[in-house]
Amino acid sequence: MLKKAHSLILIAVLILAAALAGCSGNTDTASGENGSKKTIKFMHLWPAGSSKQQNQIVTDIIEQYEAEHEDVKIEVEVLENEQYKNKIKVLSSSNELPDVGFTWAAGYMTPFVKGNLFAELDDVLNDGLKESFVSGTTEAYALDGKTYGLPLELNIAPIYYNKEIFEKYDLDVPHTYSEFENAVKTLTDNGVAPIALGNKDRWTGSLWYMYLADRIGGAEVLNKAIDRSGSFEDPALVSAAEEVQNLVKENAFNKGYNGLSNDEGKAEFLNGNAAMYLMGTWELPNFTTNEEIPQDFRENVGFFKFPTVDGGKGNIDSWVGGPGVGLFVAENSKVKDESKEFVKFFVEKWGEQSVEKAGVIPATKVDTGKVDLPELYIDVLNELNKASSLTLFADVQMSASVAETHLNLIQSLFGNEVKPADYAKQHEEALKAEEGN
Amino acid sequence: MNKVLSNKKVIALYITPALFLVLTLIYVPIIQTGYYGLMKWNGIGEMDFIGLKNYKVLMKDALFWKSALHSFSLALFSALSLIGYLFISIILASKIKGADLLRKIYLIPMLLASVAIAQLWMKIYHPSNGMLNTVLVAIGIEDPPAWLADANLALYAIIIPIIWQYAGFYILIYYAALKNIPESLVEAARIDGASPLQIALKIKLPLIMNVIKVTIVLAVVGSLKYFDLIYVMTGGGPNGASEVMASYMYQKAFKGFDFGYASAIGFFLLVICLVVTYIIRRYTAANKDIY
Repeated sequence: MLKKAHSLILIAVLILAAALAGCSGNTDTASGENGSKKTIKFMHLWPAGSSKQQNQIVTDIIEQYEAEHEDVKIEVEVLENEQYKNKIKVLSSSNELPDVGFTWAAGYMTPFVKGNLFAELDDVLNDGLKESFVSGTTEAYALDGKTYGLPLELNIAPIYYNKEIFEKYDLDVPHTYSEFENAVKTLTDNGVAPIALGNKDRWTGSLWYMYLADRIGGAEVLNKAIDRSGSFEDPALVSAAEEVQNLVKENAFNKGYNGLSNDEGKAEFLNGNAAMYLMGTWELPNFTTNEEIPQDFRENVGFFKFPTVDGGKGNIDSWVGGPGVGLFVAENSKVKDESKEFVKFFVEKWGEQSVEKAGVIPATKVDTGKVDLPELYIDVLNELNKASSLTLFADVQMSASVAETHLNLIQSLFGNEVKPADYAKQHEEALKAEEGN
Repeated sequence: MNKVLSNKKVIALYITPALFLVLTLIYVPIIQTGYYGLMKWNGIGEMDFIGLKNYKVLMKDALFWKSALHSFSLALFSALSLIGYLFISIILASKIKGADLLRKIYLIPMLLASVAIAQLWMKIYHPSNGMLNTVLVAIGIEDPPAWLADANLALYAIIIPIIWQYAGFYILIYYAALKNIPESLVEAARIDGASPLQIALKIKLPLIMNVIKVTIVLAVVGSLKYFDLIYVMTGGGPNGASEVMASYMYQKAFKGFDFGYASAIGFFLLVICLVVTYIIRRYTAANKDIY
């Protein structure tokens, strides 16, 4: 009995030791040269489930690349948006970023660039790629004159609306804010939620605020407050906050918006409970080509530009939007040259295929003559070409900690828990504190 | 067996692997967290040593104290709910009809993953087509609250599923403890003429007191570091109305890029848990305890 116990323990210890040795073993073989083939690790955030079309294109592009470059293997990891953001942060703190991955522009990207994690991509841009980008898109990925990311999407945010509901209540597409308010009133009087909003995600509410700020104070007022050449306590920014609370008071948004995620808010629009939905053009496939959404509904969706406010400085052709996700190459990648080549290949192919197959607007120029596109898509694209200015999403412009303050304040603004003046003041304080650092 | 356990070599052999694991997987990270808490660090670039500044800021951080208050109310509600669990277990452990089935019913929430529970309750709380509000409208309440979006209600709306989630766990513990009480003791009391209530209060409760103390510590400390349902259901919102210490730490680290500050919160949370555990042990130390 005793002997048996001893040997059992001994075995257990041995197994444990072996397991621990396995843990601390070579982890370096995953990336870099692997026999004669080179492996590029690639992380993206379009899972087949929620972004079917995008996922398909990425898979196609990778297959094409591997076919053309037989010595390169691309190892893909796909994560959903929030998880992607978290994993990237964890990986970067241990300096183990994938060779190629996705990033967002401006404020989001800054700490990665300052931490020397992203490689400069100007050489890729100057290799004939620069001309193909829509002007202004790569700039959002530049810091101190160097470019660290190549944008894939270009987004603007129109207000989509349900034509059927608008017809039923005899409403016209609003061009001025008072017309818009009338529409809201008519809809609420008839028991229809005017606007679908899921503000648990907070940036969704930020879009409304940004537009109101733009229409009241002009395209520069918010940018200036953020880059510190102006102030967040500018009267235009305060009255934009007041306007948000007026909308809340008029019951313009679907019930419980502050506790619903963007997807849940969107569902209110998709099932016809709400008449309007303000969202980026990445939603276009859902209103044009996505087979999972009934065709009747898709044919019923139109869009309009955010109306002008009487006496406001904003132009109706000024948009909230900007480049969406972009590709980065890791600075300490062992296959940097190959990765850069892959990124270039990816951007080119993406530009061709994303339009046709996914119906998203790429950051590279689109030749609409060549392909047969849904009307809604072409209309949005035409509007984009007419755009007088493009204001980058506020939470992307700001540094991470100020963006957090902004997003929380947006939620309390929509929840009527903060007065417009305090809202502006707390923004100003957060921005000032950041500046001091 | 005693002979084996008096052999020092054997003791060392038995303890070393576990000790090694506990030290490297638990204590080293704790020390590291304390160390990071002294840094200004965004998780990516260089760390700057700033001494106790993070802790000083933390002491004056209204949002942190708000989330701490929420954590403590969660702990309070969890501790109070133990009384209910105990009551249920006493009934289940006495021989009533269907006790077996009831025990299984109570246990089922424990078998579900937190995320599934969160999804389930989010559907229940959905402001327009959720089960709860549909019922409320049906019985004539015209404008039922949007539970998770209402700053005054969000925290309580989450506490309910948390309590529901752990009911099975505590009932199971109490049930096992009550079943361990020798039948002869209860029998003797009954012969002496004690009522069922007296048996429960004077015989059963004192005999499982040690288990009750363990569950109080588990419930309170577990509540203080609670995270999952809150993260999935509201993300701490609206505007911090349901933020607890752990979700606030997550916000700071992964959303606000402030790993140094988040580490300080984590370390402080550890200290709070230790202090609370000490206090509970101190004030329930009437008997010799078993843990």
